[in-house]
Amino acid sequence: MTVKTQDTLAAVTGPNTRTLLRVVILLLIAGAAVSSRLFSVIRFESIIHEFDPWFNFRATKYLVANGFYKFWDWFDDRTWYPLGRVTGGTLYPGLMVTSGAIYHALRALAVPVDIRNICVLLAPAFSGLTAYASYLLTNEMVTSPSAGLLAAIFMGIAPGYISRSVAGSYDNEAIAIFLLVFTFFLWIKALKLGSMLWGALCALFYGYMVASWGGYAFITNLLPVHALVLIGMGRYSTRLYVSYTTWYALGTLASMQIPFVGFLPVKTSEHMPALGIFGFLQLIGFIQYVRSAISGRQFHTFLATLILATFAIGLGGLVALTSLGYAKIHIPIIASVSEHQPTAWPSFFFDLNFLIWLFPAGVYLCFQNLRDEHVFIVVYAIFGSYFAGVMVRLMLTLTPVVCVAAAMAVSQILDTYLLVKEPDAEDLAREAADSAKKTSGGLRAMKKPKVGIYTNLSKVVITSAMTIYLVMFVAHCTWVTSNAYSSPSVVLASRMPDGSQHIIDDYREAYQWLRQNTKEDAKIMSWWDYGYQIGGMADRPTLVDNNTWNNTHIATVGKAMSSREEVSYPIMRQHEVDYVLVVFGGLLGYSGDDINKFLWMVRIAEGIWPDEIKERDFFTQRGEYRVDDGATDTMKNSLMYKMSYYNYASLFPAGQVTDRVRGVRLPDQGPVLNTVEEAFTSENWIIRIYKVKDLDNVGRDHFSAAAFDRGQKKKKSQKKRGARVLRVD
Amino acid sequence: MAPKKNARDITPSAAATSQASTANAGSVPPQPKSVAAKRGAANWDAVLQNIYQHYVDATPQRTKLVDVFLLFLVVVGAIQFLYCVLAGNFPFNAFLSGFSATVGQFVLTISLRIQTTESNKNDFPSVSPERAFADYVVCSLILHFFCVNFIN
Repeated sequence: MTVKTQDTLAAVTGPNTRTLLRVVILLLIAGAAVSSRLFSVIRFESIIHEFDPWFNFRATKYLVANGFYKFWDWFDDRTWYPLGRVTGGTLYPGLMVTSGAIYHALRALAVPVDIRNICVLLAPAFSGLTAYASYLLTNEMVTSPSAGLLAAIFMGIAPGYISRSVAGSYDNEAIAIFLLVFTFFLWIKALKLGSMLWGALCALFYGYMVASWGGYAFITNLLPVHALVLIGMGRYSTRLYVSYTTWYALGTLASMQIPFVGFLPVKTSEHMPALGIFGFLQLIGFIQYVRSAISGRQFHTFLATLILATFAIGLGGLVALTSLGYAKIHIPIIASVSEHQPTAWPSFFFDLNFLIWLFPAGVYLCFQNLRDEHVFIVVYAIFGSYFAGVMVRLMLTLTPVVCVAAAMAVSQILDTYLLVKEPDAEDLAREAADSAKKTSGGLRAMKKPKVGIYTNLSKVVITSAMTIYLVMFVAHCTWVTSNAYSSPSVVLASRMPDGSQHIIDDYREAYQWLRQNTKEDAKIMSWWDYGYQIGGMADRPTLVDNNTWNNTHIATVGKAMSSREEVSYPIMRQHEVDYVLVVFGGLLGYSGDDINKFLWMVRIAEGIWPDEIKERDFFTQRGEYRVDDGATDTMKNSLMYKMSYYNYASLFPAGQVTDRVRGVRLPDQGPVLNTVEEAFTSENWIIRIYKVKDLDNVGRDHFSAAAFDRGQKKKKSQKKRGARVLRVD
Repeated sequence: MAPKKNARDITPSAAATSQASTANAGSVPPQPKSVAAKRGAANWDAVLQNIYQHYVDATPQRTKLVDVFLLFLVVVGAIQFLYCVLAGNFPFNAFLSGFSATVGQFVLTISLRIQTTESNKNDFPSVSPERAFADYVVCSLILHFFCVNFIN
């Protein structure tokens, strides 16, 4: 559509109007990108979603309150309670520093905005920039400017990117995708011009990307692969040398400035391709120089000697490095199992709609005039599709290339069919003959057939079909964003029978209770999923959180949750736990509760203490995981089971105690708790908080003390003395 | 002034390049071509000799100056590496920043050398020698900032 208006107007006026139109269109695209991400803010409120963003938000608040240097070496003693966390050295500071800078800039402009609102709206703001960056990237690929505008609007509203960047999703990806696309644009620019300055800019934005997201490894590996493919195609040029070496030399140094990355770029294997290509380029550059200096026969001798020498030196260096112990230092990659799920086909269509089938067409078009930058798109497409197929989360890195390639395909179609002028038959015949003479060799795919479209009917039909697809794309994106990706996980929305909305706000109710009614340094024990939210909303120290850097500590919590009370109580005393928080969805049918996650706690604890915790004990004889009458004794006596179902039976008339998640009848007699007491239960029983009892005043264990309180003392006093042990002083 | 001198400097040398290469092509094949298949060692000397001769003949004065700087960087880098091997790499960041300063400066200087060489002019239509030098200065400043920051 944009092309049509441009063409007709261009006939009337000229390049000025086009520029104006382009600016207006880009502004509108930015507006669309921002406004389509605001569903959750308008429907609910301006709040941080999910789990991870709560930590980012907390860190940003710390940065804004205490300044940059304190943030840089911030030791956080309110997480991982006995251990603490060296936060400055274990996070990517780019996101926090960016929003801190925006905060101070707005203050300087006398627009004092709350830091929470900056954090909530950061992702939509950067999505506008991402759209602009993909406009620039696509303009490097093709001559037609309409492709860039199409890529910008695709990138602006594609659900694959929106899913990670709605308002309130204050995660690293919010700014990382912009940096990814912009770094690629700068790389292409540097490669085309062979300019050191663009290479240095590319390195600087690469450094910014490293500071923001762990996914920077994607760039670190994609650029070398691109360079390698270019060399393999015999397209080595001095421009490649200049741009790549400038990028690598400056970019590696820039990435090492981040404490979390540190020496990784020279030590780990995923950074080695970049180093290898760097060395390889030096070699090739030297060989190219020598080739220009001496004759062919001599050059062969020279080359053979050089290759032998390099091989020998390389082997020696490898042996030396291994023996020095460089390679022995093993940095464990925190690989969370749930994020390694492969992607199903429908999610490709769901996230990318009609872009997914235009994507291969766009890549095919890249083959037609295969310049250096098109090779980049091809390489990126192959790698991005593979990784997106392996892992759901990496759909995010695929989306930019899909948008670029699809935009190239759409604009090719529109450019062909929107030409009002009819082609001249004789002219075309001559041209065809010329081109046939010229391109006699090479790939068949690289020959462009010279055909024109003569009838207006076909033009109208094809164009309107494309327009319908584009309109449907917009409708699909809006629908997906509105329905699938705009729900905050902190508040649960449900519908009443009359259609009005009912908000279940138990999480914040419970966290607010913790914040107001407990000591400032009361330690909260919960499963690690809720660690960041407790730290962010309740502002209390936690034992474990979503940064799962210490598996043993998590296993300790798992053991405390899945053991009998006698075992759990000492563990909780040793870690000075004051409150235990469990999530229970049985009343409401909220399936993501702790009983459903319970088996993971058991498994993680079993990995450390296989003698004390056994997963088999939590299943019945027939291998069923049951919570009702038929549950095993181990299950019924575990702390988690008891805390979840404590007093639950009192809600229902006898015989009708139901767990709505598991869909089972529970026994009328609920479990009895001895070492903890109920402190708080939220409105819909989603969050239950228990206070760990102090030691008994007169030195009894908690079980006899509780039994005494309940009046369960034996009526007939037994005269017989029990077996006693000798008192040892 | 600078471009003038540059131009004067380069025109004869460019001619020399073509001359030298044609001379090489003309003079070398008859003698070693038949020998090359039998004796590799003797040929190797000739190869080095030819490369050196070509370098001395075809390189303008300024580029030679740049090459001296390159040689200096290589020597400094080699000394640092040798010291690291002999004395251990305890302040590893100091070693890395010193070593990568030399490596980075080396590749940047090579880039400058490539961009200012007359025969590469077709590769860089948008980069004049002055622009190349300005880029070089900016990149070196960035490099040194990072190195100084990293060495602590």
